[in-house]
Amino acid sequence: MSEQDPKSRAIAEIRLGPDLFHLLCWVASAAAVATLGLIIYEIVSGAWPAMQKFGLGFLTSSSWVPNRENFGIFPFIIGTAASSFIAILFALPLGLAIAIFLSENFLPLPVRQVVRFVVEMLAAIPSVVYGLWGIFVVIPLMKIFGAWAVSTFHGVPVLETLFAPPAYGNSMLTASIVLALMILPTLTAISRNSLTAVPGTLREGAYALGATRWEAILGVILPTAAPGVVAATILALGRAMGETMAVAMLIGNSSRLSWSLLSPGGTLAGLLANQFGEAEGMQVNSLMFAALILVVITLFVNLLGEAVLRYTQNQTAGIR
Amino acid sequence: MDSIVTHAPDFFSDTKPGSTKLISRSLWNRILSFFCVGLSLLTLIPLVSIVYLVLKNGLPLLKWSVFTELPPAAGMVGGGFGNAVLGTLVMVGLGLVISAPIGILSAIYINEYAPSSRLAQAVRIVAKLLTGIPSIICGVFAFAVVVATTGAFSAYAGGVALAVLMLPTILLTSEQALLGVQHAFREASYGLGATKFQTIVRIVLPDALPAIMTGIMLAVARAAGETAPLIFTALFSQFWAKSLSEPTASLSVLIYNFSTVPFPHQVQMAWTASLVLVAFVTLANITAQLVFSKKH
Amino acid sequence: MTETSARSVDAKHVSPGRPDFLTVRNFDFFYGKKQALFDITMDIPEKRVTALIGPSGCGKSTLLRNFNRMNELIDGIRHSGDIRLLGQSIFDKTVEVIALRRSVGMVFQKSNPFPKSIYENVVYGLRIGGESKKSVLDEAVERSLRGAALWDEAKDRLHESALGLSGGQMQRLCIARAIANRPKVLLMDEPCSALDPIATVKVEELIHELKQEFTIIIVTHNMQQATRCSDKTAFFYLGKLIEFAETQKIFSNPVQKQTEDYITGRFG
Ligand SMILES: Nc1ncnc2c1ncn2[C@@H]1O[C@H](COP(=O)(O)OP(=O)(O)O)[C@@H](O)[C@H]1O
Ligand SMILES: [Mg+2]
Repeated sequence: MSEQDPKSRAIAEIRLGPDLFHLLCWVASAAAVATLGLIIYEIVSGAWPAMQKFGLGFLTSSSWVPNRENFGIFPFIIGTAASSFIAILFALPLGLAIAIFLSENFLPLPVRQVVRFVVEMLAAIPSVVYGLWGIFVVIPLMKIFGAWAVSTFHGVPVLETLFAPPAYGNSMLTASIVLALMILPTLTAISRNSLTAVPGTLREGAYALGATRWEAILGVILPTAAPGVVAATILALGRAMGETMAVAMLIGNSSRLSWSLLSPGGTLAGLLANQFGEAEGMQVNSLMFAALILVVITLFVNLLGEAVLRYTQNQTAGIR
Repeated sequence: MDSIVTHAPDFFSDTKPGSTKLISRSLWNRILSFFCVGLSLLTLIPLVSIVYLVLKNGLPLLKWSVFTELPPAAGMVGGGFGNAVLGTLVMVGLGLVISAPIGILSAIYINEYAPSSRLAQAVRIVAKLLTGIPSIICGVFAFAVVVATTGAFSAYAGGVALAVLMLPTILLTSEQALLGVQHAFREASYGLGATKFQTIVRIVLPDALPAIMTGIMLAVARAAGETAPLIFTALFSQFWAKSLSEPTASLSVLIYNFSTVPFPHQVQMAWTASLVLVAFVTLANITAQLVFSKKH
Repeated sequence: MTETSARSVDAKHVSPGRPDFLTVRNFDFFYGKKQALFDITMDIPEKRVTALIGPSGCGKSTLLRNFNRMNELIDGIRHSGDIRLLGQSIFDKTVEVIALRRSVGMVFQKSNPFPKSIYENVVYGLRIGGESKKSVLDEAVERSLRGAALWDEAKDRLHESALGLSGGQMQRLCIARAIANRPKVLLMDEPCSALDPIATVKVEELIHELKQEFTIIIVTHNMQQATRCSDKTAFFYLGKLIEFAETQKIFSNPVQKQTEDYITGRFG
């Protein structure tokens, strides 16, 4: 018996174990796929009453008055787009500069490693801590800057509109600046990867023709890496649009549209964070509808980014 | 020899005789380098500021008692956030219990059993898409599935939300981990007469384990710091949770709640909670790196 | 020795180049602590083809990459001794390295066209030099592509991506790109090692044409190639210049035993 024991165990392992395990793996895969389907199904069915009641007018209406069951998310769509674009505006030059800095040898390797570590750390800090920091550091600074900007740009066309009084601390600008910081790691990491994927022979080629370092960077390396940088920007945009807590804590959560960057605004994610906990009835349905719009936008942006990234990888494979 | 001397200048100097450019190419080069380095070092400022403030404002209240006591009521002093620490650990644990088996098993399916099947392709696409979904949507989903059906905010709901958040990270890193296992190992195992199941369980999984653990640690780090998926699923509670089916406190929601109240003591507690949270997240990240570098 | 001078007198008849166009004097070169070149002294004649041969790792590329100071891109390098072009030290403080590299062009082992159009590849050197007049650029493109024997194949697709060319065409494009700068010297580091035999013949013929106008230094692993297209040959071994003479002499009657062993294939 003692001799047969291991053998019979092995047989069990061959017959029962494998099939069950195979099945389990299949079930897990199906569950993973079903998750996305279920998310969309749940959100759509939650949003359904609101979709029927408001239709597309939900997207274009600007009034959000829960106790009158009046729901429209136009200001939040604009706010989501605006805060993300402004964040990209700040983060792109910075992220590109860091990506170039990390892929060149301006300073010795240890210094570069410190900067790289710092950027990675930025990614690890929880959103809510950015929010807390924003409340106590960025908002006071923005109040000072806002007062200065209002008086300085008074009478200057365009700028006068963008920096119109009153200057709040909780504003579109404050949220965008903190957002920029939060998407910097995404932007930097992908840009840096596409820069270092540029074959060294191209750099040598440029130098051998008498290019300075920056002529090589701007004329050859960056153009070659450009699709990757574009992908990085799109993916960072997707992150910024879905970012919730820091924005909710800093943007002021107003549904009033304003051209002034110093005015409060609102985003779709912020709207969900603020109201879901206490919502009832049609408000829940409307929030579900808003969530659906947010999912559609971010999925679209992310798919676009992934597509560009894949195109990039194929293209650099062609250069080698 | 004379011809050499007259030749030399335009040979070796880049400034052309008739050049009207104000800034030479080499000067441009230096200016741009300066800007690039300057901008890069600029990023140090916000991080240093965050870390400094979290330490400066968080350390004074950091005592053992904050891990054992309940949050102070509005305007009161003392207390801690023991229930929030516990809540975070419990809900991250719940999320892990749900997402890790699904993530790892589907990674095995798409890498070992049917890599080119339609289901495998669907899994890969879905995992990619899930990474791009805003974390608050995980909360909306858990709200619809758990809160709306059970009629109560609960740790379960929070755990489900975090599970959805963690799933793509665990799945994709596990897939990479399995991809990293040398093919020769599998062949050797088959060559010795092992079945697919034996090969996976005895050869492939043990070899991939460190990298899978890395993925799990990264997912834990991310989930622990998230607020959005919990804010309307687990909500918050001033008290110790007696079960998983009642509103549950978490560190991140505590920070959110306390950051906007007008009481200095509560605000300072938000900083202390931030310190604990950042320390935990950083530790989890570093562990992930260490586990990973052990193998590579 | 007498034979050498006799031949160079003879050669002067054909093309009146300076025998000391590019001179290397007591040149040592280090990568960090590792010395790669030992006390190299040689005179490279104008408008001739000089081949550098020797077993892999003997320092051929290292020497070549000193002529246009490409080695300076590597950290921790250092040298002693001097290299002079037309009597002027290329390491002198007044020498701008970007200008030196325009005067001393380089073609690499693996062709490295930029992912731009054929046209933009050729005019790259001119553009960064501040040239933007279309007539000048057009003229340079035709001249350079003709010079690189690529004009007929490329003239109808100047604005298509250079990455669509064949391997041999890409390498000739890189030659065209280098000569568009009107360099004095053209450095080639194993320019044919990645090419098929037919493309190799084309590039070798091209080298023959180019020496009417340029001083060429070519690194090659291929003994036949050295005999076919060079006028002088330098044999390196373990970072030292073992023998430097007319190609014909090196291959028919080498003075050093090591040279003989190498060219007869006894090592390397
Ligand atoms: N970037 C480098 N760093 C350190 N050592 C190098 C570097 N490049 C080449 N070497 C060393 O210098 C020696 C000469 O190399 P190289 O000039 O490339 O030889 P060859 O071109 O004749 O094959 C070799 O021993 C090589 O290992
Ligand atoms: Mg070499």
